[in-house]
Amino acid sequence: MTASTDSSNGNYAIEARNLRVYYGDFLAVKDVSLNIPRQKITALIGPSGCGKSTMLRAFNRMNELIPTVRTTGEILYNAVNIYDPDIDAVEVRRRIGMVFQKPNPFPKSIYENVAWGARINGYKGPMDELVCESLRQAALWDEVKDKLNQSGLSLSGGQQQRLCIARAIAVKPDIILMDEPASALDPIATLRIEELMQDLARQYTLIVVTHNMQQAARVSDYTAFFSLDEEDRSGILIEYGATKKLFTNPEKKITEDYITGRFG
Amino acid sequence: MKARPLKDTVHLNTSDFAPNLAQRHRVGRFWLFVFQGSTLVGIVVLSMLLLNILNSTFGYVAVENKIDPDTLAVNGVPLEDLPQEELLRLLQENVSAGLYRGLESQQPFAERSRQDVYNLVLERVVEPHVVKSWSLQDSLFRRAQIAAEVADAYPEADLQFRSWLNAQFMRQPQSAKAQSAGVRTAILGSLWTVGIAIVFAFPIGVGGAIYLEEYAADNAFNRVIRTNINNLAGVPSIIYGMLGLAIFVRALEPLTSGALLGYADSTTANGRTILSAGLTLGLLILPLIIINAQEAIRAVPSSLRQASFGIGATRWQTVWYHVLPYAMPGILTGTILAISRAMGETAPLVVIGASTFINVDPNGPFAKFTTLPTQIYQWTSRPQDVFRNIAAAAIIVLVMLVLSLNATAVILRRRFSRRLDS
Repeated sequence: MTASTDSSNGNYAIEARNLRVYYGDFLAVKDVSLNIPRQKITALIGPSGCGKSTMLRAFNRMNELIPTVRTTGEILYNAVNIYDPDIDAVEVRRRIGMVFQKPNPFPKSIYENVAWGARINGYKGPMDELVCESLRQAALWDEVKDKLNQSGLSLSGGQQQRLCIARAIAVKPDIILMDEPASALDPIATLRIEELMQDLARQYTLIVVTHNMQQAARVSDYTAFFSLDEEDRSGILIEYGATKKLFTNPEKKITEDYITGRFG
Repeated sequence: MKARPLKDTVHLNTSDFAPNLAQRHRVGRFWLFVFQGSTLVGIVVLSMLLLNILNSTFGYVAVENKIDPDTLAVNGVPLEDLPQEELLRLLQENVSAGLYRGLESQQPFAERSRQDVYNLVLERVVEPHVVKSWSLQDSLFRRAQIAAEVADAYPEADLQFRSWLNAQFMRQPQSAKAQSAGVRTAILGSLWTVGIAIVFAFPIGVGGAIYLEEYAADNAFNRVIRTNINNLAGVPSIIYGMLGLAIFVRALEPLTSGALLGYADSTTANGRTILSAGLTLGLLILPLIIINAQEAIRAVPSSLRQASFGIGATRWQTVWYHVLPYAMPGILTGTILAISRAMGETAPLVVIGASTFINVDPNGPFAKFTTLPTQIYQWTSRPQDVFRNIAAAAIIVLVMLVLSLNATAVILRRRFSRRLDS
């Protein structure tokens, strides 16, 4: 079920071990073990309701914001289980940032959108440089450099999403989680986000949930295919491997059916 | 107008549908009529209220003087031009020694301005008093009859058109005589009590709402608390008056009378102070503020919270920097409602002991007090007609006061909304 089960070492940015996530009594993600390589793009794909978003949010403990959620198993980040009781979720989320499906900039200025996260996390360096650098990395600087004091909400949808990426970068994370980051955008804005993702992968580890199989094939280095367990409708990891191999020569029949559009 | 039907074609089968379009439109028109009617009823009722108040606020009055001011002229100098010493002499000659000493002890004559003394002479010596007042409607349409009636029944009286709402009415304290009574004490009392109520209830209410919405788990205990806060908002205000009487006036008397803080005034030491009244009104509006703040906080999109948590903000930072600013316009809307409610409350203040007759300005939270609605209530229960005129004038003042306080909250709300948009 897993691509590799080596004990934790420097090759992987983050590793899930026998992860289970429950919503109340419902088991949404069942026994997933997954090793995410550093500075690569890993795509999580699968039909609706297969638990891929839940899996993604487990990586930075965002699921905890939903009152009924319970998580068992381990997520190892630098050989430490982030679900250990003495680990602070706030610290986890600074190192493992997140970009959401719908662009959600703060109702503040563009500058504040980027600077706020760094400031509350105690960033001590020069703030103007950080904002500029983050916006450059998010390929947004040229479009907004003359209107940093305007509201982040005044930007177009694609620009807003890049602003959210800049905001995530500004707190200098290690891993960036993206939950269908382009699904609310038009094809041109989507293309820009995809290019940006490939730029970012030189510095960061990216884990991306996507519904769009072409997108997964285009941008990701590794792909994990999730599906529903026939018996209890909980999400399970079917197949995980290099994207090229998974899309051209899948091991499982169900994976092939899905990526060729026969179901899902 | 009868609508022209579209033509059928062989490809379209309309026989499965009953031709009921005209009927459906008829039902729609009926309900539209009902809704327009409801709005109209509201407008008519409000206009009648306003007209009724205005009708009593303005109108003709017949004024009689006890002493004709012309007879008080000294050596041909008319009363209004007399120097202060002459006015004082007139006052001393014409009022009783006891009253003169009483006035002296309120404020020594040496310290009073000439205008002040002149007013005293006018009030105590000339003593103009309204013998009869007419409504605005009568004054406008039955002028001749009123003039005839005055000439017949009050030959001494002078017929004047009077606005009961005037500058003097705003400046003067309460008085036993309607034409010299004013609402200054009551306005100050209302502002003090509502101010204390807001200062007390706003932070506690918003704090409670933040806890219930952002921190409290969704368990049976917290659900009971939420339900009961909603119930509290519906408790009759007189109950809060009794609660305030028991807690603030009686149990906490050392605090609310100021004795604990070294404020020793034997006349207010019974706890029936502005502080007690403000805290009671604060309790009254607390559930309102909590409920409205909860609604406003619940309306904050969860994507905003997630964005904040997603870059490593703590819950407190998320609440303080994102949830609260976003919810603030809604919270302030609730506060506007609360201010209006507190401003208009009479019953609980009567229970905890608002003074019905008081003519000194409140000088702090430990002073005796009256409020505008209390004053209006007291004036409307007097038998003399003229008190109804000043009650109407005081109602206009109260409405204005509520409007201006609301305007402040609306401006604050605008400012918060603009900050979010820009």
